[in-house]
Amino acid sequence: MPLVYVRYELLRTLRNRRFFLLSLGFPLVLYFVIVSPNRHVHNFDGSGISFPLYYMVGLASFGTMSAMLSCGARIAAERAVGWNRQLRITPLTPRAYFRVKVLTGYMMAVISLLALYAAGVSMGVSLTADEWLRMTGLMLIGLVPFAALGVLLGHLLTPDSIGPAMGGGISLLALLGGTWFPISGHGFLYDVAQLIPSYWLAQASHIAFGEHAWPAKAWIVMAAWTIVLGALAARAYRRDTGRV
Amino acid sequence: MSTADIELRGLVKSFRGPDGPIRAVRGVDVTIAAGETVALLGPNGAGKSTTIDMLLGLLRPDEGSVSVFGRPPAEAVAHGAVGGMLQTGALIRDLSVRELVAMMASLYPAPLDVDEALGLAGVSEIAAQRTNKLSGGQTQRVRLAVALVSDPQLLVLDEPTVALDVEGRHAFWATMRASAARGTTIVFATHYLEEADAFADRAVLIAHGAIVADGPTTEIKAMVGTRTIRATLPEVDGGALEALAGVSSTERRGDAVTLRCADSDAAIRALLAAYPQARDIEIAAAGLEQAFLALTGGS
Repeated sequence: MPLVYVRYELLRTLRNRRFFLLSLGFPLVLYFVIVSPNRHVHNFDGSGISFPLYYMVGLASFGTMSAMLSCGARIAAERAVGWNRQLRITPLTPRAYFRVKVLTGYMMAVISLLALYAAGVSMGVSLTADEWLRMTGLMLIGLVPFAALGVLLGHLLTPDSIGPAMGGGISLLALLGGTWFPISGHGFLYDVAQLIPSYWLAQASHIAFGEHAWPAKAWIVMAAWTIVLGALAARAYRRDTGRV
Repeated sequence: MSTADIELRGLVKSFRGPDGPIRAVRGVDVTIAAGETVALLGPNGAGKSTTIDMLLGLLRPDEGSVSVFGRPPAEAVAHGAVGGMLQTGALIRDLSVRELVAMMASLYPAPLDVDEALGLAGVSEIAAQRTNKLSGGQTQRVRLAVALVSDPQLLVLDEPTVALDVEGRHAFWATMRASAARGTTIVFATHYLEEADAFADRAVLIAHGAIVADGPTTEIKAMVGTRTIRATLPEVDGGALEALAGVSSTERRGDAVTLRCADSDAAIRALLAAYPQARDIEIAAAGLEQAFLALTGGS
């Protein structure tokens, strides 16, 4: 991987204020607004998880999803100004280009995650080191399909349309994923939610239960979304660049 | 040809349009020797950019092949042998000019020193500025710095001076001369005959997606560099005007006549000697479009 190139790409992303508002500022503010009045609720809505922990992971899934999908916004912006054509006449391979984009998405996701962990701890969330690590690991794995979705959207949409598309998409994924309220263990919504990767992303908080947060079904859902979105993203890229 | 050449052979490219396929390039054959400076000269919509995109491997030809120093374009690009400045394009934001050029330099196996590239492109003074705070001309020069920092064997420029003022153009071509002197092969598209004439060794004329002429710029200039003389001159027969030295054809609209001239200097002397009453005289270089219409028989 071209390290100097990666360094500047990360620097560029850190300088983008709009991004910080969406995937860092917004979930943090919401977290404090939602959690402050309910910080002593230990068994939120029968989920067995404390209110501060539930929303810490819920809003972290929101912030990290935004961070990953914002790779798509950056790809769309670079396409709009013709920069992707400029890059295609350099030795940078498309594979490396996408790797760097996904890496910057992950870096922003980790920043968002750490900020919400800090907020969670300030609201009384307390986990063992092992639980923190396993939860973080699951969340980072859970972001893989969103990286593919970001690349896909970046090649399908224009910078004008990607904002609303991402806003709507993230809200819907967050709703179905149980970011805003727990989805009860039966019924149609529950059946649908279990097929959505954001649901399993938010389920990473179950690690605090001491149980395995992800059953086999979760891994299958994640792998299937990654494969499908990845294939669609590759197709969108090829169609966009005329390399059929 | 040798493997040191650049060869475009039998290139054909169509695009889907609202009224059926648009044949942007219909059979382009060019061989460019290493170290040559070649202008692709033609009016807007002639197929220059499409040809350049195929040369750079950005577009795959429907028919024909491209070889850059004995390799397919994508491979030459992957080896860092090609630098390019495309016609359209802004810069990515949230970086300074120096950071952007350094970022691009890092992708090449043997780039120029970043400061040297900034100096060559004339952007040393704005190196600390953010890329989204530049004027059109500054942006264009930064794009040149990006192309130069790769220190390519082949430099491809698509309408490079469009956003530049007169001073900027002079500086630009001075930079290009320096690159050419170091042995860089330069291919550039332009619709300015003067630019092709002043800078290229050779011009390839493209119209309607095909080559209409290919030769040293002096020859090309003689072919397309016709001038017209317009004058108010009532009651003189067109045939008599056509017989004047240097005039190739005439056209009358009311009291005004237009003389197309192969040699406008000879024609104006002959005109004034024979018809001193001629007034409101204008001599103009025929636009490239007109010259092309003449060359292609108006088809």
